[in-house]
Amino acid sequence: MAQSTAAPTPTTQTLAPLPLRAVAPWAVFVGILMLVLLYFVGAEQGATALVSGEGVHEWVHDARHLLGFPCH
Amino acid sequence: MNSVTVRTLLVRGMLAGLGAGVLAFVFAFLVGEGPVDAAIAFEEAGSHEHGHGGEELVSRTVQSTAGLATGVLVFGVAIGGIAALAFCFALGRIGRFGARSTAALTALAGFLLLYLLPILKYPANPPAVGNPDTIGKRTILFVGMIALSVLLGIAAILLGRKLAPSWGNWNATIAAGVAFVTVVAVVMAVLPEGDNTPKGFPATDLWEFRVASIGLQAVLWAAFGLLFGFLAERVLEPKRARDEVASLAV
Repeated sequence: MAQSTAAPTPTTQTLAPLPLRAVAPWAVFVGILMLVLLYFVGAEQGATALVSGEGVHEWVHDARHLLGFPCH
Repeated sequence: MNSVTVRTLLVRGMLAGLGAGVLAFVFAFLVGEGPVDAAIAFEEAGSHEHGHGGEELVSRTVQSTAGLATGVLVFGVAIGGIAALAFCFALGRIGRFGARSTAALTALAGFLLLYLLPILKYPANPPAVGNPDTIGKRTILFVGMIALSVLLGIAAILLGRKLAPSWGNWNATIAAGVAFVTVVAVVMAVLPEGDNTPKGFPATDLWEFRVASIGLQAVLWAAFGLLFGFLAERVLEPKRARDEVASLAV
């Protein structure tokens, strides 16, 4: 009992890290896609505009304020 | 454990973000719309020279329902995807945590680094607070503050990992935490101030708006972390997930 080489219990099994080479392509591609989504919710037609007009800004107006983005 | 696992986790992260977004929308609609309406009333009672008076492109009813839902749900999906990727990097690298605790810690880090620290310096503002002429500067400062807090957060995690073997997990985590808080405090002290609140804007409205904003983000991240943990465990530790369900049935 005094030995500290007890077999690991099933509940404390350590998970193997996912190889970085498997994560990196997803991180780059989907990461950028997600940032584009955040841009449209958070900043489009505010500080800068890719689409002219006020439609995007007005549509997500309340969400932009409440999520914490500077709106206008 | 390969690229397919990452893809599965990513899809589940975005779904968890969508689910969390639904809850956050309900919270924002019930708690946040009152203060937003109060701020718009203040805006309209004041100057008529600029702002959203006159022709309305999107009505207030649509803004507070479909518009709010669109924004919060898209935000939920986006942070769900980003947090799922962060989870893939963190898994098995930040200590002996299972899928659910790693998911919960990832969500906590997301809430702190992407929202809570940045708004301590540049708080969320309701309509009528914030000068439209400075929107560019304020956006750059806000995004810059987010980028800095994320970079410093990653640095703190790496520092903690480096110290852990010699100092032990608790001491290493405390040391990295103290270093993180110290550097963040210096950064916040150095960065320029945001805008002042216009004269006469009701303090209660401002407080209620900001509490609603913090609540919205807290609901979103908490729901995401718990939901994604549930979904990720079924991918990464199917046996453990089955045992949990089995123990419920006993």
